[in-house]
Amino acid sequence: MTRQSVAKAHEKIQELAWEPLYHEPVSQYGTDYTFSKAKKKDPLNQVLRSDFPMQEEKDHRVYGAADGAIRGNMFRQVQERWLEWQKLFLSIIPLPEISAARAMPLLFNTVPNPELHNGQAIQMIDEVRHSTIQQNLKRLYMNNYIDPAGFNSSLRNFQNDYCGTIGRQFAEGFITGDAITAASIYLTIVAETAFTNTLFVAMPAEAAANGDYLLPTVFHSVQSDESRHISNGYATLLMALADEGNHQLLERDLRYAWWNNHRVVDAAIGTFIEYGTKDRRKDRESYAEMWRRWIYDDYYRSYLVPLEKYGLVIPHDLIEESWNQIWNKGYVHEVAQFFCTGWLANYWRMDPMTDKDFEWFEYKYPGWYDKYGKWWENYARLSTPNGHHPIVAEDVDYQYPHRCWTCMVPCLVREDMVMAEVDGQMRTYCHEACRWTDVEAFRPTYQGRETPNMGQLIGKREWETLYHGWNWADVVSDMGYVRDDGHTLVAQPHLNLDPKKMWNLDHLRRMPPLQSPNVLLNEMTPAEQQAFHANYIKGGPAGRPAPADA
Amino acid sequence: MTAPTVERSSPKPEFTDAEAGAKEFPDSTLRHYNYYTPQKRKQSHYEDVTVEVQPDPRHYLAQGWLYGFSDGRGGYPLDWTVLKAWGVDRGDPERYPGSGGKGYEWPAHGWHEFRDPNEEWELTFYRNNSNVVRQINQNVDTARETKAFEQWNPNWVTFVERNVGAWMHVEHGLGLYLFANAQRRAPTNMHNNAISVNSMHRIRFAQDLALYNLTLSEEIESFDGTAHVETWNEDPAWQGVRGVAEELTAIDDWAEAIFAANIVFEPLIGELFRSQLVQQASPGNGDFVTPTVVGAGEWDYASRDLRYTKAMFELLTNDKEFADYNKGIIDGWLSNWVPKALTAARQLQPLWSQPDAKPPRFEDGLDRAKSRFSGILSDLSLDNPKELTQ
Repeated sequence: MTRQSVAKAHEKIQELAWEPLYHEPVSQYGTDYTFSKAKKKDPLNQVLRSDFPMQEEKDHRVYGAADGAIRGNMFRQVQERWLEWQKLFLSIIPLPEISAARAMPLLFNTVPNPELHNGQAIQMIDEVRHSTIQQNLKRLYMNNYIDPAGFNSSLRNFQNDYCGTIGRQFAEGFITGDAITAASIYLTIVAETAFTNTLFVAMPAEAAANGDYLLPTVFHSVQSDESRHISNGYATLLMALADEGNHQLLERDLRYAWWNNHRVVDAAIGTFIEYGTKDRRKDRESYAEMWRRWIYDDYYRSYLVPLEKYGLVIPHDLIEESWNQIWNKGYVHEVAQFFCTGWLANYWRMDPMTDKDFEWFEYKYPGWYDKYGKWWENYARLSTPNGHHPIVAEDVDYQYPHRCWTCMVPCLVREDMVMAEVDGQMRTYCHEACRWTDVEAFRPTYQGRETPNMGQLIGKREWETLYHGWNWADVVSDMGYVRDDGHTLVAQPHLNLDPKKMWNLDHLRRMPPLQSPNVLLNEMTPAEQQAFHANYIKGGPAGRPAPADA
Repeated sequence: MTAPTVERSSPKPEFTDAEAGAKEFPDSTLRHYNYYTPQKRKQSHYEDVTVEVQPDPRHYLAQGWLYGFSDGRGGYPLDWTVLKAWGVDRGDPERYPGSGGKGYEWPAHGWHEFRDPNEEWELTFYRNNSNVVRQINQNVDTARETKAFEQWNPNWVTFVERNVGAWMHVEHGLGLYLFANAQRRAPTNMHNNAISVNSMHRIRFAQDLALYNLTLSEEIESFDGTAHVETWNEDPAWQGVRGVAEELTAIDDWAEAIFAANIVFEPLIGELFRSQLVQQASPGNGDFVTPTVVGAGEWDYASRDLRYTKAMFELLTNDKEFADYNKGIIDGWLSNWVPKALTAARQLQPLWSQPDAKPPRFEDGLDRAKSRFSGILSDLSLDNPKELTQ
């Protein structure tokens, strides 16, 4: 920066904005929110003359560390258990990042304050930075880590895998529907302000504990940009709060965005941190402890609650319910168990848990072993092919779950599953809040109010239905999760790379066909459906079917 | 006496031997992204970090888009431009119970063939643009330290405060409301990232001009740092440019917006003003600094933004299925935008007589701009529109 101060320079660039005299910019995105035009301060207070060299310097540090990692043979001490889960995470995350860039123009017309647009443009290019720097990290892993399978097929697999599809909400939710719901409340107020803490701060710490210091290098660099994106969101939120007519929509959108982020991010990051680590020191924080610190205390109590006095209706009940799900209902454990149940339909290797892991889980989550221990022992027992099927087709006291039509994570906490007939289809939801999202929030009217700009939940939202009646070998071939010998699966339920210990298409060919729970449900009579529901909610924990006498 | 040593709790390094080459097994040597075909023989670093990040239901996106607008359309609809690339008339693969998830063979349609010839991703972008702002800062600082602005004659001071100042608004308006807007709308990540970079070039150039204007306010006593606003709002010579710039931001079709801005507006108005006027007139009026600031923006356009734009439209005008169709559409765009650009360009003519030391004649500059424009069309296999003779 030259002798001109950043503040003075920033003040000067405010002169760039102008009101159209002859033609209005095209208006392509709608919102049901209303904003009054008033002079606002650009919350980023940033000029590109200082921003670009700063970002370049941050890049120098990131790429210097990458060189150092290779020269220092970092991969000799990286835990495979950890890096395998990165095949999922790093296949997902570049899309949410670039979608955040794409989301910025949704705000240009809907938030009519040109002072904010400078910050939004900087956020746009920050997000291009994040997306490509993360793709580059994955490329480095592919080139230097022992098993490139799953990294090398990353974006194809992300796009056709059900785990990737769950993660994809954390991208498409930013760029469609009501512009403020998407690009402001879902993206900046909830995803970036609350959940990037666990994504980009808590998770990198776990990576470092597993011998990988590159992930923290890249993601802390990313997180240093997130902090200013949070300012963008806050400025828009305060403007929205200024109009009382927006309060009902803000309440709706905070409920939807909070719950969806909890369902999606806690499922994924919780699993990576708890089941992808080899660090079992008793004094290292569990995901629940991290969540309590980063999300409950830092976000909820320090950021959200103070906004209550401006009229923001905070979803206290859903925040407490999220904690209840994580702490009392084992949400993360249920998700990890499901991921590993379906290991064969994915593209990374999932390591069995050991006695050391059991001890840590029992210490951090008292009662864990009674619920989940037996199943993980079965998982280890069935991990190498020995005349049996993959665990999904073996009797291990586990009922394959129904999909939640809204968040697409299965209905794992069985007692919470609800059903509703929508658009002629009987749908299952993992929780009442997900039913509300589909049946009430994403609709053209909300509590009697017209909401013509609200988006829609679309797409084929139950993966299993696409493959209903298929042989598993054909499913995995169709998805492309086969290694270069045309025979061995990319995914494995263990870390042993001895080809004799690895599962292949022949093993899958012997399995019974895949059945879509939703197709079967919709073939039932209404009475059968009700009986099915009554039975389902008596199941669990750990996926156990309802007791026979229930 | 020292306190007894307490072992700190920290993760223990462990030798895992998880580096490439430690074992041989299926896929152990398959160390390239296997889901796309490179443009050249080898996959480039740029392609690896860019291609396929934005999904497409026509090849891999098995479950389709998940979130839609209120009309139920999600993702990046291909009809957000009327131009077509081969293969787009096939609908999305049908999905139903038991359909499987396979789409068409990659790339499924011609939009995915575009690659930014500048190969821009974050590393190249920040490296290039940091160099630009550093160099501009150094040039301006040196000029200040050597009292170079004292060489400017009074008319030139007025010229810069008004006209060079007015140009910042063009860059800012198009950077935000045309280019940043368009990066939400194109069908692939390669398009949208290139457009994002273009957007930032313009926003940076706008800021370069604004901050240069601030420096001049501080260094030249008679320099009016607010005159650019009045010029932009009221000077009749600028209202044609402003009208076209505003109309460009009103275009709904993202490809038309990029084409009209980078293929029509820039050569016929942008380069005419910057290269044929400012860069030519500055030296004679004692100014060696303004051309370095304006030249940085000129370089971004001429060597980078035009380059990717040509690559983007060359594919479409030579498309194996829709070349004639696309050329017909683009001819219509040319007939609409060329007269508007030429009218606005002619309204700028009074500027040529304002400096004491005169630049080459307006008509000569306009001829050069037209000739350059004509060359660009020829590179794109397009004919000159009859309106060019206007």
